[in-house]
Amino acid sequence: MTVAFLYALSGVALFVLAFHALVSRRHLLHKIMSVNVMGSGVFLIIGALARRTPTADPDPVPLALVITGIVVAVAATALGIVIMLRVQAATGRPELPPADRN
Amino acid sequence: MSRAPSRAVLWLLLLTLGGGLGWAVLSLPPVAQGLGEQVRQHLQVSGVESPVTAVLLNFRGYDTLLEIAVLALATVAIWSVATMPRRRRGLAGPVLVFFVQVLVPFMVLLAGYLLWSGSHAEGGAFQAGVVLAAAALLVILAGAPLPAGAGGWPLRVGLMLGLLVFLGVGVLVTTTGRNFLELPPAWAGGLILMIEAAAAISIGASLALAFRGGRPRNARAGS
Amino acid sequence: MPQPGAALLVVAVLLPVSASALCFLAPRLARAIAVVVALVLALTVVLLAVQLVTHGPLEYRVGGWGAPLGIDLRADGLTVFMLLAAALTGLPVTVYGLSYFPASGAAGGFWPLWMLLWGALNALFVAGDAFNLYVTLELMGLSAVGLVALAGSSDALGGAMRYLLMTLTASLIYLLGVGLLYHRSGTLDLALLGTSLEGGATTWVALGLMSAALLVKSALFPLHFWLPPAHSSAPAPVSAVLSGLVVKATIYLLLRLWLDVMPPGKAGLGAALGGLGAAAIVWGSVQALRQSELKLLVAYSTVAQLGYLFLPFAIDPAHAGVAWRGAAYFVLCHALAKTAMFMTVGNLQKLGAGAHLGELQHVARQFPVSLAAFGIAGVTIIGLPPSGGFLAKWLLLQASFGAGQWWFAVVVLAGGLLSAAYVFRVVGLAFVEEGTRARGDVAPKGRTSAAEWITLAVALATVVLGFTAPLMLGVLDVGEPFGQPSGEPLSEPGGAP
Repeated sequence: MTVAFLYALSGVALFVLAFHALVSRRHLLHKIMSVNVMGSGVFLIIGALARRTPTADPDPVPLALVITGIVVAVAATALGIVIMLRVQAATGRPELPPADRN
Repeated sequence: MSRAPSRAVLWLLLLTLGGGLGWAVLSLPPVAQGLGEQVRQHLQVSGVESPVTAVLLNFRGYDTLLEIAVLALATVAIWSVATMPRRRRGLAGPVLVFFVQVLVPFMVLLAGYLLWSGSHAEGGAFQAGVVLAAAALLVILAGAPLPAGAGGWPLRVGLMLGLLVFLGVGVLVTTTGRNFLELPPAWAGGLILMIEAAAAISIGASLALAFRGGRPRNARAGS
Repeated sequence: MPQPGAALLVVAVLLPVSASALCFLAPRLARAIAVVVALVLALTVVLLAVQLVTHGPLEYRVGGWGAPLGIDLRADGLTVFMLLAAALTGLPVTVYGLSYFPASGAAGGFWPLWMLLWGALNALFVAGDAFNLYVTLELMGLSAVGLVALAGSSDALGGAMRYLLMTLTASLIYLLGVGLLYHRSGTLDLALLGTSLEGGATTWVALGLMSAALLVKSALFPLHFWLPPAHSSAPAPVSAVLSGLVVKATIYLLLRLWLDVMPPGKAGLGAALGGLGAAAIVWGSVQALRQSELKLLVAYSTVAQLGYLFLPFAIDPAHAGVAWRGAAYFVLCHALAKTAMFMTVGNLQKLGAGAHLGELQHVARQFPVSLAAFGIAGVTIIGLPPSGGFLAKWLLLQASFGAGQWWFAVVVLAGGLLSAAYVFRVVGLAFVEEGTRARGDVAPKGRTSAAEWITLAVALATVVLGFTAPLMLGVLDVGEPFGQPSGEPLSEPGGAP
C-alpha cells in the first residue's frame, strides 16, 4: 500500500467523522463547520489518489477539480454563515427550527 | 438532520459508509494513468506552463467559469439577504493601524506575484484573491470606513468583474470562428492572466463582503 | 463535424448567467433585463428544438478540446424537452414576478438570483461531464437557497438553512462519487464513462454515492424532510420554480446516470426506487390531505407527485421506454400545474386571504379567476382528461399493463384518487358561502389583477398540453434517450386527439 492510499483513507475517516458531527450537533456553526470538514475529506481523497501515476508528476486534473471545489465550498460557507446569523437574529437561537409545523 | 436518529442506526450508517468508502478506495488499481499524459501533450498550446493552471483556465475553463458564477451567486445572495451589522468602534490601536499601512501594499504586491506565478508554478487567481481579501480584512479591522460612494457601483463592478471578464473573453474568441472559451494559442497566456486578475479582484471583494456579513448599509438591496 | 446549431446549447447557459450579473450591476434595469432575457431564452430553446428535430442529437465542445480533456455539452430529445419545460415555466414566472415583487426593496435580489437559477438548470440539462454537473448542482442549490431566504421570515430563513445544509452535504457526497469514478476510469465524460466503465467495488460505491446524493436532492420519500419547510416559506414564484423544476433537475440527472452510465446489474436498485416512489405517492398525498395551510398542502402534493417519476425505474426494461415518456410528460405538466397552484396561493396571500384553509371560505367570490386556475391545474394533478396529466398517466398505465406489473397501475390510480381528494377539498372550501360571509375579513376586490390572468394562462397551458403531445413527444424521441422503442406503437388514449 502506497502513501497515496494512506492519505486517501485518512480522507475517508475525516469524511465519516464530520458526517457524524453534522448529524449529531445542533449549533448551526458546528453543522456548517462539519460540512467543511466533510469537504476537506473529499478533497483529500480526490487529491491524494492523483499521486498514483507511473511518473513522478501527479495527475493535474484531480488537483484542478479540488481547487474548483474549494472555491465553491468557500462561497457556500460564506452564504451559510450569513444565513445562520439571520436565523439567530430572527429566532434568538443559532439552531434549526423544529421540522414539523403542521 | 431534522431529528436525531437513534444512536445505533447512526453508528450502523457511519460504519457502512466508512467501510464502503475504504473498500472502494482500496479496490482502485495502485497505478493509473489518468489524463496527466494528455494534459502534458497539450500543455504547449495552453498558454501556460503549469499543468494545473492549464486544466483550470483552459482545458476545463468552463468549470472555472461556472465556479466564478457560484462565487458571484453567493455574493448576490449575501447582498440581498443581509446588511452589514454596525461595527463597534475602538477596535484598532495605533499599532494595528501602523502595521496595516506597512503590510497592505506588500500584500497587494504578493497577490500580484501569486497571480503571475500561477502560469508556471503553484499559485493563481484563488490564492491571489485570498491574499487580497486578507488585505481588505486588515483595512476593515483597522477601522477604515468604506469611502463614500464606494458601496455603490464601484463595489458592484468589483464583485462581478471576474464573471464579466471571463464571459467577455469566452464570447470574444468566438468572433474568430472558434468555439466558446477556445483560446487562440498565441494569445492564451495573456488572456488567462487577464481572466485570473479579474477573478482575483472579485474573489477578494466577495470574501471581504462575506466577512462584513452583508451589503453596505447605504446600498440598495436590489432595484 | 461542426454543428452550427449546437452553439445554442452554450447560449442557453450564457444568456441567463450574463443577465444575472447585469441585473446586479444595474438594479434599476433588472426587471426589464429579466423579461427580455426570458423571451430570448424561450426563443433560443425553440430554435434548439428545431435544430434537434432536423439534425438529430447535438454536441458542442466548450474550449474546442473535446472530451476527455475538455468539456462537452450534449443534447438529445430528453435534454431539449427539459430545456423546454424550464422555458415554459420560467417565462410565466418571470412575468408574474414583475407584479409579485415590488419595484424596489429587498426583493430586488430576486432577479439576479432567479436568472442564475435558470442558467444553472440549463447548464445541468446540457452538461455531458460528471464534474461539470457537480458545479451546476452547486450553482442550482445555492441560488435556490438564496431565493428561499429572500422572504426574510424566520420560517423562510430556517427553511433556507435546512435546504443549504442538505444541498451542500448531498453535493459533497456526489463529488466524492465523481472523484472515485475518475480515479477508476480516467475520464469524467458521461458518454465515455458509459462505454468504458466496468463494474467492481469502486464503480458501484461511486455510483451509489452519486445516486444517494441525487435522491436526497430530489426529495424522494423518506428523504424529503427538507422540502416542505423550504417550498412553503419561499416567495410564491420561487416556490413555483423549486417545485416545478429544481427537484426534477436532479431526477433528470439520476435518470441520465441510470440510462447512460450505470453498467447492467441494477434491477434490484430499480425495484427499490420504484417502491419508494409508490410510498411517496401514498404518504405525500395523505400528508397533503392533513395540512391546514394551503402552501404546505401544495408542497406535500409535490412530495407525492415526485413519486410518479420514480415508478419507471422498476418497470421491466422492455417496457420502460413508454413509462419514461409518460414520466417526462408528467414533469412538464406537473411543472406548469404546480406553478399555477403556487401562483394562486401568491395571489390570495397578496390580498390577505387563504394562508389557512379555514380562511378559504367564500374566496371564490373574491378571486374567481385564481380559483378557476387552481381547479384547472388540479385537473392535471389528478390526471383527468383532457389535461396533459391524463396523457402522462395514460402512458404510465400503458407501460405497466404492457409489462404485466399490475401493482404499478394500482398505485397510479390510487394516487389520482388521493390527489382528487385534496384538490376538491380546496376548491370545495372556496365555494362555501353560508355563515362566515358577514365576517368580511377579506376586502372586496374590484378588477382582476394581471397576476391572476397569468395564473389562469399557466393553468390553461396544462390543458393545451393534452392536445400537443404528438409534437412534444416527437421532440422527446430524438436520439432515442430511452433506448430502442419496445416495438409496440405508441398508441394515443381512446377519444383524446
